[in-house]
Amino acid sequence: MKYKSVFDIIGPIMIGPSSSHTAGAARIGRVARHLFGRKPDFAKISFYGSFAKTYKGHGTDVAIVGGILDYDTFDTRIVEALTIAKQEGIKVTMTEEDAVTDHPNTARVIIGDSEGQIELVGISIGGGKIEITELNGFELRLSGNHPALLIVHNDKYGAIAGVANILAKHEINIGHMEVSRKEKGKEALMVIEIDQNVDDVITDELSTLPIVQKVVKIHD
Amino acid sequence: MFRNVAELVELADSRKCKISEIMIEQEMEVTGRSREEVFAFMDRNLTVMEEAVERGITEDVKSHSGLTGGDGKLLQAYIKTGKSLSGDLMLDAVSKAMATNEVNAAMGTICATPTAGSAGVVPGTLFALKGKLNPTRDQMIEYLFASGAFGFVVANNASISGAAGGCQAEVGSATGMAAAAIVELAGGTPSQSAEAFAIALKNMLGLVCDPVAGLVEVPCVKRNAMGASNAIVAADMALAGIVSRIPCDEVIDAMYKIGLTMPSALRETAQGGLAATPTGRELEAKIFGIPLNKK
Repeated sequence: MKYKSVFDIIGPIMIGPSSSHTAGAARIGRVARHLFGRKPDFAKISFYGSFAKTYKGHGTDVAIVGGILDYDTFDTRIVEALTIAKQEGIKVTMTEEDAVTDHPNTARVIIGDSEGQIELVGISIGGGKIEITELNGFELRLSGNHPALLIVHNDKYGAIAGVANILAKHEINIGHMEVSRKEKGKEALMVIEIDQNVDDVITDELSTLPIVQKVVKIHD
Repeated sequence: MFRNVAELVELADSRKCKISEIMIEQEMEVTGRSREEVFAFMDRNLTVMEEAVERGITEDVKSHSGLTGGDGKLLQAYIKTGKSLSGDLMLDAVSKAMATNEVNAAMGTICATPTAGSAGVVPGTLFALKGKLNPTRDQMIEYLFASGAFGFVVANNASISGAAGGCQAEVGSATGMAAAAIVELAGGTPSQSAEAFAIALKNMLGLVCDPVAGLVEVPCVKRNAMGASNAIVAADMALAGIVSRIPCDEVIDAMYKIGLTMPSALRETAQGGLAATPTGRELEAKIFGIPLNKK
């Protein structure tokens, strides 16, 4: 089941005008921000399908940039997000793509600074709910049904065991898990769907593992 | 966990409780939250809805494009003249549904029910019925759980996204949700709620999503108006004992399949329907300087 809570239906509380094109877009932007972990210097956003055709009318542009500024769906600063981003020195570019994607509401977001960048593809499936389908070239199947941990790590023995041990210690059950890598021995990505939201204590502890480069949590 | 309306009604019947109670208990089970926490969360949503309605019928709300705003207020003034033909309660619901969507279009704060574009129907009907049925705060919260239970089934078995299934998936779903919740609030049975949902959604089937200039304004605001009136009529019909010849779950399935065959131009791309009319295109050109499709 894609939707598991009544608050996916009656909710979210949000700034209008569209749950998929405004609230969903804000959430995609915010996941990107959390994955990047700090304020970026630039954001390159590509819109596909219905997003490409109607993003201006729906405020998708301000919402996704609002998300990149770490605003939640109900944060009224979303309305002024483009101006605020400019003031904060974030260079934002947006393009409308013609390519046909699997889902009509698709956005590709690249944010970064001189230190690095991340790239993700998010889809907005309705009522403000989103899924992340690609991260840094890794294909994901992040259902969005459960809280999840995204862990970028070195493709080396012991990575899975190290992470699983910490989760086990904190009595966190893993519902679904995927590991993928671009190249043997290089960067790899663990996607772990869990049954409950986790505290920063746990993500901090995971970050201390030498093999782990970055930990991001996606909450319900 | 209920997977469809038939299971939802059966659960409520066997437990001799309301639809809303089944939804509340499922939410507690899935999230591990207490009844108080779940109620408090919904209470917050109810407050946002109340504030949006209040703002829409008292303030001069205007969207950035200038296409919408002020109609909820106009209708309130008309009700006061005592000349309404369709009845004060009916028009009050219509006015409050529009008020919510006008606030939404103006990038105000609303609660998606089930989406932002269809956010007017459920609160519009609720706050209109408040005057007649005098519900307690808890009953108003239960109204949202009852409507949420039906929306939950639609979202998981069909769609609540206009880009995926057209307006029938958004305002259509919201209308059915409101109809079912009205029945519960008025003291009807769980199966009458299901009949009301089926009757309401049947009359929204095939409705396309064709927003002018891609804005959640024209025709969204007035579709919420008609959704609210449709919901009240469907609830009255079900309470009178009228049943839908096509069962509720099959209506939802039909809505889903219609959505799958709907061309992309009619699914929130502003390429067809009212968006593609001469006036629709003219408004689009005026708002954005140049038509979106000619850039």
